[in-house]
Amino acid sequence: MNGLTFDIAHLLAGGLVLVSFMMLYQDRLFALINVFAVHAIVLALSVAWQAYIQDAHHLYVTAAIALIFKAIVIPVGLHRIIQRLGIHRDIETAVGIGPTMLAGIGLVALSMVLMLRVTSGADPLAREDLAFALSIILLGLLVMVTRRNAVSQVVGFMSLENGLVLAATGAKGMPLVVEISVAFSILIAFIVIGVFLFRIRERFDSVDVGALDDYRGEHR
Amino acid sequence: MISDAAVLLWGVASLLGTAVLAIAVNRTPGSGTRLVYGLTLGISVAALLVLAGRVLEDPVTPSTAVLPVGLPWIGAHFRLDALSTFFLGVIDFGGAMASLYGLGYGSHEPSPHRVLPFFPAFLAGMNLVVLADDAFTFLLSWEFMSLSSWALVIVHHRERENARAGYIYLVMASFGTLALLLALGLLSGPGGNYTFEAMRAAGPTPLVATFVLALMLLGAGSKAGLVPLHVWLPLAHPAAPSHVSALMSGVMTKVAVYGFIRVIFDLLGEPTWWSSIIVLFFGGLTAVLGILYALMEKDLKRLLAYSTIENIGVIFVSLGLALAFKANAMPSAAALALTAALFHALNHSFFKSLLFFGAGAVLTATGERDMEKLGGLIHRMPQTSFVFLVGCVAISSLPPFNGFVSEWLAFQAVLQSPDLPQWGLKVMVPAVGGLLALSAALAAACFVKAFGITFLGRPRSSAVEHAHDADRYSLAAMFILAVLCLLAGILPGLVIDGLSPVTLSLIGSRMPVQMAQPWLSIVPIAASRSSYNGLLVFVFIAISASAAVYVIHRFASHALRRGPAWGCGFADGVAGSQYTGVSFAQPIRRVFGTFVFRATERVEMPAPGETRPARFNLEVHDVIWETLYLPIGKALDFATDHLNHLQFLTIRRYLTLVFLFLIVLLLVLALWP
Repeated sequence: MNGLTFDIAHLLAGGLVLVSFMMLYQDRLFALINVFAVHAIVLALSVAWQAYIQDAHHLYVTAAIALIFKAIVIPVGLHRIIQRLGIHRDIETAVGIGPTMLAGIGLVALSMVLMLRVTSGADPLAREDLAFALSIILLGLLVMVTRRNAVSQVVGFMSLENGLVLAATGAKGMPLVVEISVAFSILIAFIVIGVFLFRIRERFDSVDVGALDDYRGEHR
Repeated sequence: MISDAAVLLWGVASLLGTAVLAIAVNRTPGSGTRLVYGLTLGISVAALLVLAGRVLEDPVTPSTAVLPVGLPWIGAHFRLDALSTFFLGVIDFGGAMASLYGLGYGSHEPSPHRVLPFFPAFLAGMNLVVLADDAFTFLLSWEFMSLSSWALVIVHHRERENARAGYIYLVMASFGTLALLLALGLLSGPGGNYTFEAMRAAGPTPLVATFVLALMLLGAGSKAGLVPLHVWLPLAHPAAPSHVSALMSGVMTKVAVYGFIRVIFDLLGEPTWWSSIIVLFFGGLTAVLGILYALMEKDLKRLLAYSTIENIGVIFVSLGLALAFKANAMPSAAALALTAALFHALNHSFFKSLLFFGAGAVLTATGERDMEKLGGLIHRMPQTSFVFLVGCVAISSLPPFNGFVSEWLAFQAVLQSPDLPQWGLKVMVPAVGGLLALSAALAAACFVKAFGITFLGRPRSSAVEHAHDADRYSLAAMFILAVLCLLAGILPGLVIDGLSPVTLSLIGSRMPVQMAQPWLSIVPIAASRSSYNGLLVFVFIAISASAAVYVIHRFASHALRRGPAWGCGFADGVAGSQYTGVSFAQPIRRVFGTFVFRATERVEMPAPGETRPARFNLEVHDVIWETLYLPIGKALDFATDHLNHLQFLTIRRYLTLVFLFLIVLLLVLALWP
């Protein structure tokens, strides 16, 4: 492997982490979904590049799935949902942006330290890839934890899944079946949670998960 | 040719079939009792015949069987060797006697549909534990045994006390099984080889052996009733119907002893000398505390349950001695100690079953378990009181009965201690021997109390007035046991020789052949050191007693006289002012009670001129319960109260908790050296 292919793979994976950070920064729903679309595009590029350098054609399918579903279909769907629910003006972070970003930096540092230590014997590209993937997963979890709104929790969950896909494609020889199943699990999760959102809407006139707590007779 | 183990498995299967049958026949109440107990009696006797054939023919060669059930690719292994043959004999004989007793006693049961299905299941569970030859089967059978006995404990669950007993039993049984699970898991090692054969071959490291010993003391010890894990036993054993109490006390505790011997003596390989110190310590503690608790008790069945704890202590002391001698390569002394333990286990199953049967007969006749409301039963239940007296004499280890022989063998083993090389053991063993002697003496006092208060004197309540003797089935069971207590006492050589294959297989040595000794004497080590002849003692007692009777009747007046006897200080005719159990135990309570029970006595005297009566207040604490179990319970309450908030968090908080825990795990991984 020459330096350039490595650098490009590195750049794309690193870009994905950067976009995850951008996601952390957004406090409006539309912006968050747009950033998620960018996240999916970068993922698709990264997967495609992996397909190219590993000469693994089936990975192009994964890249296409990421591009079509995650970068186009799901963001468009979420846009519609938000418009239908009329919640596009909500500002909904539970924790301030500053501490969240600091926590994100800490998480990235943690995953770097951990992954570079654990995988010391592995191929350098896979190592970096796994380290980035773990950062993306942790950042996705952080998005879920720091948001009140169900829609943005869904988005956080899907960015977490993106991290999984990145990890799966970075490791050489991962069979296609697994990737399709990962992609479809995301889709299914999206559908299920979408249905769930509408039911929340019918009952409580809000998609704020805090309303569920009110329903259960509890308060934060 | 079908193997003996397979035949016994068929026995177990038919016991389980009987359990199912019991559920079916109980749709019409009252018809199933005879049928079920008759079947269990038949199956137990058949199993005993198989075992007897084995003992006479070839007790050493193991007989195995494998069933294709249980864990995949492993199956269920069963094995019948000398040790399991002996314990199966104890179980099946206890089962046969309990079934015989149940034939009569069961008709008094108000809710037979709660007893009949579980009784055969309980027997089947105990049989399976002893037959099991791999960890999975062993644990499964053990848990089956625990649960079926638990169902029998809560037969009369509407009584508050029984429900509590069942709850505590369930908690302690789960705890014990957890300890056993961990012990067997450690023994099976990282390779996960679950058969006992592989464990035997593996030979654990000293660290693993230490943990296994501790876990077995917790697991088997809690089932057997080792102090301080005994708390459930005096609650649960009496709560069950009396023939089940007899099984639990007389037989199930032996299954626990079997588990301990199987793991510690068989699977663990060579013991370390200090492990015996732990066993000796807990054995001695159990013996003395068990009998002290029994002395303080006024409920007849609970007294018997506490006395079971004492006997378990005696057995564990003998086992500890066997461990000490085995670790120091003194095989003949080790064989002596192990024989004492096994002999005592057998004896205890005889006389404790007998005594519980007697207590059951008293309970049926009077509806009372409280000794302070009984008395004078010897006139109304002469046969029951006779066999109960035999049981009391046997359990007090008086010659010529069997209890004396096994305790005497244990003391003979204690006397071998000067030959031990370690100073720790040289000091410890005589000290434990002292405890053993103390517990034997206290046991005698305890059973003088149990018999005297229950059967002698005059009736203390109207419940006793209309009591009459037990039915013929119950009496038959009790008489068989009483005769065996005597036979094992005057022919101990037969039993000792019968136990030699067990000691040969576990220790590689045996006691001298006893039946070769002249005049049925038994000699533990060599005739020059000590010997005992039960027959001689029996003949002497019989002759001297007959002579005394003859002399009294020949030379004293023949006329039956009823006159004022020495009244123990009470002159009035109120039966309630007789000597009571509590007052009988008072001297002992004053000696030990202030320390062991934090007993305080207070006399409230009325002021001069006041008309109210003086009062005597006695306060007794169960120190182990209060210092060990109550704090644990309180800590649990506190923790659950505070953790309860976790039930009502928001979804985001739950996610945060998961997230934080993940981060902590990752941090541990990152920082682990």
